[in-house]
Amino acid sequence: MSLLAGPEGPAASTGWGHDHERKGFFTDTSICIGCKACEVACKEWNRNPIDGNLEILGSSYDNTGELGANTWRHVAFIEQGQERIEEAKESGRKLVSLGMPGIGPKSSGRRGATPAGDLSSTDRTPPDTPEFRWLMSSDVCKHCTNAGCLDVCPTGAIFRSEFGSVVVQEDVCNGCGTCVSACPFGVIERRDDGTISPFAHRGDTVDRMGTASKCTLCYDKMVDGEQPACSATCPTQSIKFGDHPDLTAEARQRVTDLHERGMTEARLYGANPKDGVGGTGSVFLLLDEPEVYGLPPDPQVPTKSLPATYARVGVAAAGMIAVAALSFLGGRR
Amino acid sequence: MAEAHPVAFQWVIEAKKRGARVIHVDPRFTRTSANADRHIPIRSGTDIVLLGGVIRHVLENELYFKEYVQAYTNASTLISEEYGDPEDLDGLFSGYDPETSTYDNSTWAYAGDEESLARGLPERDETLQHPRSVLQILKRHYARYTPQMVQDTCGIDPEDFEYLATSIAEASGREKTTMFAYALGWTQHQGGAQMIRTSGILQLLMGNMGRPGGGIMALRGHATIQGSTDIPTLYHILPGYLPMPKVGQDDFAEFTRAIGKKEQKGFWANADIYTINLLKAWWGENATAENDWGYHHLPKLTGAHGTYQTTMRMLEDGVDGYFLFGQNPAVGSANGRLQRLGMSHLQWMVVRDFYMIESATWWRDGPEIESGELTPEQIATEMFFLPAANHTEKAGSFTQTQRMVQWRDQAVEPPGDAKSDLEFMYDLGVRIREKLKDSTDPRDRAILDLTWDYPVNEHGEPDAESVLAEINGRHLEGEKAGQPLKAFGEMKDDGSTIGGCWIYAGVYADGINQARRRTPGQDQDETAADWGWAWPANRRILYNRASADPQGRPWSEKKKLVWWDEEAGRWTGNDVPDFPLTKRPDDPGDPRQGGAAALSGTDAFIMQGDGRGWLFAPTGMVDGPMPTHYESPESNIRNPLYLQQSNPTRVTFRDEDNLSSPGAMGPGGEVYPYVFTTYRITEHHTAGGMSRFLPYLSELQPEMYCEVSPELAAEVGLEPYGWATIISARSAIEAKVLITERMTPLQVGDRTVHQIGLPFHWGQGTEAIISGDGANDLIGMNLDANTQIQNSKNNSCTLIPGRRPRGPERGELVEAYRRRAGLIPSEHPEVDGAEGAPGAGPADTSVPHAVRGPEEASAVPSGERSMKEMKNR
Amino acid sequence: MARTTFLDWPVIRQLRGADPTGRGTAVTSAKTRSTTPRTADADGVTDSICPYCAVGCGQRVFHKDGKVIQIEGNPDSPVSRGRLCPKGAASEQLANSYLRQTKVRYRRPYATEWEDLELETAMDMIADRFIASRRKHWEDEDEHGRPLKRTMGIASLGGATIDNEENYLIKKFFTAAGAIQMENQARI
Repeated sequence: MSLLAGPEGPAASTGWGHDHERKGFFTDTSICIGCKACEVACKEWNRNPIDGNLEILGSSYDNTGELGANTWRHVAFIEQGQERIEEAKESGRKLVSLGMPGIGPKSSGRRGATPAGDLSSTDRTPPDTPEFRWLMSSDVCKHCTNAGCLDVCPTGAIFRSEFGSVVVQEDVCNGCGTCVSACPFGVIERRDDGTISPFAHRGDTVDRMGTASKCTLCYDKMVDGEQPACSATCPTQSIKFGDHPDLTAEARQRVTDLHERGMTEARLYGANPKDGVGGTGSVFLLLDEPEVYGLPPDPQVPTKSLPATYARVGVAAAGMIAVAALSFLGGRR
Repeated sequence: MAEAHPVAFQWVIEAKKRGARVIHVDPRFTRTSANADRHIPIRSGTDIVLLGGVIRHVLENELYFKEYVQAYTNASTLISEEYGDPEDLDGLFSGYDPETSTYDNSTWAYAGDEESLARGLPERDETLQHPRSVLQILKRHYARYTPQMVQDTCGIDPEDFEYLATSIAEASGREKTTMFAYALGWTQHQGGAQMIRTSGILQLLMGNMGRPGGGIMALRGHATIQGSTDIPTLYHILPGYLPMPKVGQDDFAEFTRAIGKKEQKGFWANADIYTINLLKAWWGENATAENDWGYHHLPKLTGAHGTYQTTMRMLEDGVDGYFLFGQNPAVGSANGRLQRLGMSHLQWMVVRDFYMIESATWWRDGPEIESGELTPEQIATEMFFLPAANHTEKAGSFTQTQRMVQWRDQAVEPPGDAKSDLEFMYDLGVRIREKLKDSTDPRDRAILDLTWDYPVNEHGEPDAESVLAEINGRHLEGEKAGQPLKAFGEMKDDGSTIGGCWIYAGVYADGINQARRRTPGQDQDETAADWGWAWPANRRILYNRASADPQGRPWSEKKKLVWWDEEAGRWTGNDVPDFPLTKRPDDPGDPRQGGAAALSGTDAFIMQGDGRGWLFAPTGMVDGPMPTHYESPESNIRNPLYLQQSNPTRVTFRDEDNLSSPGAMGPGGEVYPYVFTTYRITEHHTAGGMSRFLPYLSELQPEMYCEVSPELAAEVGLEPYGWATIISARSAIEAKVLITERMTPLQVGDRTVHQIGLPFHWGQGTEAIISGDGANDLIGMNLDANTQIQNSKNNSCTLIPGRRPRGPERGELVEAYRRRAGLIPSEHPEVDGAEGAPGAGPADTSVPHAVRGPEEASAVPSGERSMKEMKNR
Repeated sequence: MARTTFLDWPVIRQLRGADPTGRGTAVTSAKTRSTTPRTADADGVTDSICPYCAVGCGQRVFHKDGKVIQIEGNPDSPVSRGRLCPKGAASEQLANSYLRQTKVRYRRPYATEWEDLELETAMDMIADRFIASRRKHWEDEDEHGRPLKRTMGIASLGGATIDNEENYLIKKFFTAAGAIQMENQARI
């Protein structure tokens, strides 16, 4: 839908050729235990500063708040009562019956005995709705197929890597901040504060100061064939790293499995290539509406209308050239 | 488990994906509950009733694993006619002496003549019908633990109980197993050891011991806390669970016979050999048969000398010097104020740590300095802070929670003055030996005769592998002289072998550090026998003979682990068999001999004197052969089962600063109407010494908090994320308020029980990145008589909105509530500061004294500090 | 570094290459093109075990110039399969936190501040105090004349995060010295 991402995937359209499989995350929040190892492993590898002023934030067990310049993995904690759980089950059920992209033909027979898409033979009586649940979800940069931050960056500081990820080059970034407003998820931020040492040595050096900052999908690990720090450490593998097509297939299968078990609240986020960002490199399995987790329900890349704009600009320019040419020709006459 | 052992929880998630049902029983809804099939909130301290209810359920409905129970447990064994059950004695077992608050366990013995009993052959009734058979005693003992009793005691509704009991029953048997995982939620109670015993009984009844996917998993909280009991720095045992000698045990042979007699069944029959090898490892050539292998060098115990007894002794100026090896008792031990006051009575103290923990700085920035109770100028304690090397800066082994010893290689040298504890202890020993070398004082002989000659590297660091080799043991004489022992079976009683810890024999077999083996898991089967080394004998599941039926065949194909190979004439399987390798399943055993030879082919529990798993424990527990429910010392609930309110053997200390609420046993109990329970959270580690000094962990959970239900918050008037002050009979602390439905008020009889959650990671000081009030300051030194471990999990408090007062007013607030509760005399009743204080609850004087148990000890202290342990009801 | 030529200018790369929109190969900086993991130049990787809880997760310790630069999970471990919890993942900071103490500190009786002390001196002072306190609180026998052969003047606590070999030496020496009040987190 966008001019800027070709049909062969983001890496191919940015000069990397066709030999690179797009990499990404599948974050299955149904098995997240909220341990925050991802947050720590990320900060430790990337030497990111701590966030906040070391006070309880007032958001259950979450004290880092949101993704930003310093926190590239963030675990949300949501406490919910029975009524809300019922609503989530209902909305998830509707998504499936509407043919949500999350429930497609089964791509592989790796898991589950029942063919995906055919839920008729399974007992779909939902288990008793619990009175309470505690949702945990690790959020991260989406590495959009059509990445607003990348498209608007005026300096070429942000680039699409051979892995399909979107990476900021701090040595190029001039800190203009254009990208910040272009991210529909509010992920990228300029790092203008932060320390790893809270009170003793405020002066210790922090990398990336003054530049735009976000998850790189551990680009500096991937060039060496390693996986990102967060997925490597995730105890339950709620965060999985791998080839994007495999992960989305696995994610779809997992939703099918969960629906078969009556967990109709399960649904995917970011797996739809027709959404406002062309799908994301980081796919999520959620157990409620995206808003509940602080995710926009319908993210739109700001450069979505760029092709149309270019077309109009092109017509206008062509017209002007034609007028100029005509007048030129007329002048000659 | 997801909270405190997140990486291990990956296996639970895997099991769950394969269809396992995960049930989480906890007062709080935690990150574990969030990932369980069901969370069952429980009133803290009532687990024996819940599990006893399940025991009753499986016995009454005949759901237990009959063949297993018949063959491998003592269900058929007859108990002495003298035995009296709490059901008949209103909460006491037979043999109780109210004078000493202890039991004489002679009436709990098996029936039979002395000779047969010594050989592990008690009277039995294989029909299990005899009224004195263990199974029938068990049935009667738990007969009143009905679903209704569970509801009235634990606050668990019958539907939840049914779900739990049915789940366990359905997931046990030939084809399936049920596993229990527990941590300090069972240990840290008075009666905690008996809670674990209850699950032991249930697991034996269900046939879940010694089998894959079964067992009782103790989720231990520190890298080598298992190793710290195997090779203990504990007062009551020597390496390999050999007891420390007690006063009067002056005869070596008698000492070892008290551990295990030569004629008894099983592997404790060789207790003398294990002891000789230990003494020989310590005193080398100075340990001879003539001097009883140096046995007389060992100091003798006179009762308990646990860390809390030591604290009391400090307060009496009875201890001069105190070493802390990576431990932070100013924050982590019960009754923090007494811990710190105890330190202020020391002459000197050595703190070895990575960071300036609160136990190193209490004299300059501790709570008592803030309150003005102490000033540095008054404190005589000389402090040495010695920086310690961390796990990357030294080589050595940790023993993890499943008895697996894993070796770490050294990556870098420690910085600056930092040294390993190995080097510190070795160096200190060398210096002391040097200073004493000319001593003729017989008291110094034990030090001077010690083997203390480990090879050191160029930095003076002793070679840790040489210490591991000594722990493993070696041959001293003959062809194999100098060779490491392959197994404890090679140990001799004639001084020709040494071994520092018999259960670790084999960890250095063939001169190879077996704990350092690192065949990748992906290249092995699920037993992963070639990664690390598990004691004993690299065996991963203990008592695994029970994974096969009495004839030696796996109970099922799905659950096979170890079986009898008739052709090969030996036991085989996917684990190292925990049984004499060639003993046939139909071997009757030879009772004329002792030890392994006496075991029959079905005596799967090879360490027990009768070869059986003990549903009924005739010895070993000081407070009863079977678990029975008592209320915790400060409980505001009357024991629904017996007049006997709390554990009759419990241990506490008389001190004006170690008071307890009388709970349901006195009107003052209503001054402390709420239960608080303490716990660990994922983001922190114990007393914070390894987490509150790390920025990345500090930011994740920066402040001390309390977790309360919306109902309690409304009752007390708490604001979300505002402050609350929690007041117990010991102290008052403040915490941020998390109001959450994860805390559930429980209906217990006609009473609503509110439980408050308090993580215990914070401490007051100025050196850590984050600090806060310590939950352990609220807790009294009330100990389990079996383990001398404090009750941290169920204590009483009140809760008021707002921050606690600063300075001396903090202590005054605590005092005011104590006066109100009648714990100390009311000096000025008219100006009682606590009068009408919010949250204090009504002073309920309606509880008549008649409901108090016999010989209920007064909660009022004698006024003088005393080392005497007060054991009461 | 290779000389930058006119052909390396991003706009030229953009026009010449397969990245006409200038969002991929055309805009990568020289630094980006030479990206390596910061562990790539480590002097070595040492196998270790996490020092926090008793699960016993495998760790790999990367070190350079005598300092730990990275600690991550060891995928070979059959216990942990390469994964670490937040504490294990923070282990590098455990070693390198700016609050790490590397010098002996000493506080005299009644003093209000710490002072410095040589390690050698400190060890000698501790040995002297050990001997003196041991003697002062020595008990040869109880009130019935039964042998005790112990001292009540010295106590220790810890550590469940120290090594088996360390606990062994502590137990061995303290017991030989008659110091029975030796305790551990395992009691708590």
